[in-house]
Amino acid sequence: MASATATQEPKLNHIGLPILEYRGGKSTLCAGCGHNAISERIIQAMYEMGVEPERVMKMSGIGCSSKSPAYFMSRSHSFNSVHGRMAAVSTGAILANHTMTTLGVSGDGDTASIGMGGFVHMLRRNLPMIYIIEDNGVYGLTKGQFSATADLGSKLKTGVVNDLPAIDTCALAIQLGATFVGRSFSGDKRQLLSMLKAAIAHKGTVMLDVISPCVTFNDHEGSTKSYKFMQDNDEPINEVDFVASFEEIEVDYNSGEIFEVEMHDGSNLRLRKLHEDYDPTDKANAVRTLMEAQKNDEILTGVFYINTEQPTFIDLLNLVDEPLGTLPETLTRPPKTALDGLMASLQ
Amino acid sequence: MATGNLALGEIQGATSTRARVANDFSINVATVNGSGSQSANSVLLKSIFGMGVPVSGKNLFPSNIAGLPTWYTIRASKDGYVARKRDAEVLVALNPDTAKQDALALPAGGVAIYEENLNLRQYRDDVVFYPVPFDRITAAICPEAKLRKLVKNMVYVGVAAQLLKIDLAVVESGLRKQFAKKVKVFELNFGAVKAGYDYAAEKFTKQDPYVIERMDRTAGKIIIDGNAAAGMGAVFAGVTVVAWYPITPSTSLVEATTDLLKKFRVTPEGKATFAVVQAEDELAAIGMVLGAGWAGARAMTATSGPGISLMGEFAGLGYYAEIPGVIFDVQRTGPSTGLPTRTSQADLLSVAFLSHGDTQHVILLPGNVKECFEMGYSAFDLAERIQTPVFVLSDLDLGMNNWMSDKFEYPQTPLDRGKVLTAEDLERLGGFARYRDVDGDAIGWRTLPGTRHPRAGYFTRGTGHNDAAVYSEKPEDYVAGMERLARKFENARKLVPAPVTVKNGTSKIGFLAYGTTDFALRESLDQIKKEYGQEVDYMRIRAYPFAHEIHDFVASHERVYVVEQDRDAQLASLLKLDLPAEQVMKLRSILHFNGLPVDARTITEEFATKEGL
Repeated sequence: MASATATQEPKLNHIGLPILEYRGGKSTLCAGCGHNAISERIIQAMYEMGVEPERVMKMSGIGCSSKSPAYFMSRSHSFNSVHGRMAAVSTGAILANHTMTTLGVSGDGDTASIGMGGFVHMLRRNLPMIYIIEDNGVYGLTKGQFSATADLGSKLKTGVVNDLPAIDTCALAIQLGATFVGRSFSGDKRQLLSMLKAAIAHKGTVMLDVISPCVTFNDHEGSTKSYKFMQDNDEPINEVDFVASFEEIEVDYNSGEIFEVEMHDGSNLRLRKLHEDYDPTDKANAVRTLMEAQKNDEILTGVFYINTEQPTFIDLLNLVDEPLGTLPETLTRPPKTALDGLMASLQ
Repeated sequence: MATGNLALGEIQGATSTRARVANDFSINVATVNGSGSQSANSVLLKSIFGMGVPVSGKNLFPSNIAGLPTWYTIRASKDGYVARKRDAEVLVALNPDTAKQDALALPAGGVAIYEENLNLRQYRDDVVFYPVPFDRITAAICPEAKLRKLVKNMVYVGVAAQLLKIDLAVVESGLRKQFAKKVKVFELNFGAVKAGYDYAAEKFTKQDPYVIERMDRTAGKIIIDGNAAAGMGAVFAGVTVVAWYPITPSTSLVEATTDLLKKFRVTPEGKATFAVVQAEDELAAIGMVLGAGWAGARAMTATSGPGISLMGEFAGLGYYAEIPGVIFDVQRTGPSTGLPTRTSQADLLSVAFLSHGDTQHVILLPGNVKECFEMGYSAFDLAERIQTPVFVLSDLDLGMNNWMSDKFEYPQTPLDRGKVLTAEDLERLGGFARYRDVDGDAIGWRTLPGTRHPRAGYFTRGTGHNDAAVYSEKPEDYVAGMERLARKFENARKLVPAPVTVKNGTSKIGFLAYGTTDFALRESLDQIKKEYGQEVDYMRIRAYPFAHEIHDFVASHERVYVVEQDRDAQLASLLKLDLPAEQVMKLRSILHFNGLPVDARTITEEFATKEGL
């Protein structure tokens, strides 16, 4: 079976769960909000990958985006923390239990403004988690101020023009150490689903910037984060296809057109080259490509960078295989002889 | 007391006409920051300890890496007093910049051991002078010029040992311990000690009365600083996640923790059963602690005032979402950057209510290094039992100075991991509501991420929620949750360490204090008794929320003096919020807040003035 063809989906996934077990509460976001489409893709990706819902930690900060973990995977463990601090809270949670799949949902304000400090240090650490920015270029809950990812020259509904350059979270993530970096669009179901599935298979920081139009405050003429603008300017750098380890490979392809990445769990990420000879393992080229696209008003999407070799923060800390949080007392409290020895040395 | 002729310490044949003062004086060592005097100070301190004499050391240092003046005071006290004394009788003057001021600060009849060319005799003539050519002595025994600056400090240890009659063998054994296996370093340093010792023997006849005499009051005792003790406590609590941002004076707490984790918490396969993360800031540090605590780890951070300020928002999340975590606050002098290397107790109120909204925190208040250890581990039990961040408020004086103590005892009880449901529990129960008070103790049951049961997951949030952890803005849900949290806090009075009744006789007057104020206050009680014939009761507070015994103590006295090291009477203020209205009028304050640890004399004088004695 091919992963991307929804019509062939079985009723139960390969761990025997129906998709219903991956659903969450009813969304309270606006009808048509891009975030709801992303939640749907997360549900689908987790279901198709057969991830056990109890083995997932859903993390978020504050904002419209950060509410969305309530709208998918109710069986998972969830932590909606404080504004801009998802990276730090996730770091702690992952240190306590690195055996979990950790998926965080943040927004452009939550990440690129108030949360920038924590965000960049999470990238540096290559913390094993999926970090999704639901990026709409505005603050929704406070009714439509520009965020730091709003493009230079883009216009608010009120006519106010943004005169500051946008922070390109993808370029930043590549430069600072994330090992799987891509951009997608909430309206591109196929691309987003494949990227999410590959993200689940990746070991290290996955940073996905997903353009997710705000229908209420930033979907008008003059916005560069509107459905219309994305439909006109979305420029995929590669076509993303993902074949899970438990799936059969059945598609023939011309190897010269495909950049194939073998993931840690034995699955395959195939990136069909749409831009001439784009190599997603070349860091410097990836950053340059993004900067050039910005100059040309193109919104590049696809997988920009991948590195399956880089050790994660957990590797660097050389942690035991078991979760630290539930280690037994025999392993965490040193014996009395240890204290006796210390006391003798202090006499 | 003679004056003028005391300035002739180096004159052969002169004899002292004063009574000996044995084991009851302070030594003030004045050096330049960064000159490496710390190990010499430590050797001198441990030598006095080795003579069996109760001793304490205080490092009064600037916020600077090298070049500014620094003082180290060592107090020997046969009576076991370990608080700072206002005056030091013996000066070791090695810093030209402060030599005059240091010499003038000596009490009449005091002693000055000093670098010869500082010529301290020009400033006064009522102290005993022992001029020493430190550089010349050092050059003779240390051929390597670049080591001389460090080795020079050991020369004064030798001079002091000779003049104060400290057994050289005791100094030698302390030094040997200090340098452990570094034989060459030991030899060089001991050579310096001996050179100083011999020089003093040859050149000086003792003119001053200060001596160290052997006692047996340190047998079985240890010397340790509060930060090392607290870190040790955390390790024996089985801490698994440490996230921190360096800040004076808490840095050494995490460093001590890390060293011990590396020593005791690596598996035979070489894997770590702990994670230590130097975070990007204090916001991230406490965020990591809460993330880890939520996911089941025993997690901690250590900080000081500025870090506490940054942790405010997260502290409220921890309180409201009910997540365990331990935050050590080693208090320094604020506000703002304040005096970063001086001590204070002025974080109490801001920690008690840290964060916006109605927030209250459990605070443990260690009063000595042994309690730093004990509260260092019990804080984790309490945090998991009560499901809340627990703060441990130490201070720079306790945290960074060396203190004598009884040996620490191994924890008597197993780790208390609090109310956590397993998959089996959930199967039996058919589900759970995270914040429902099913046991009547206002503490709900929680699950840990990864618990393999379809009903294990719940939504942790800092937004309004009902008892099933579901988002709610309903007034009744909010009120019910907040009232349960208040009940939980009320119940915590019985769970936190009880106060220590140091003295409770028939006096109408009582003292209340916490933390390092205890050292000076105990001495002050003796002074008040000796000098004014008055017995005063004293209870030492060890935690917030306040135990009922504290209410009883206030109720059973006519006047209660609250002694604390801050300007705004923070402990008294917190007590006033807690006590019944009719008790509040009984409280009065004795305050000390100049950055130096409070001394007994200050308390005694203030008490006498206020009581009209």
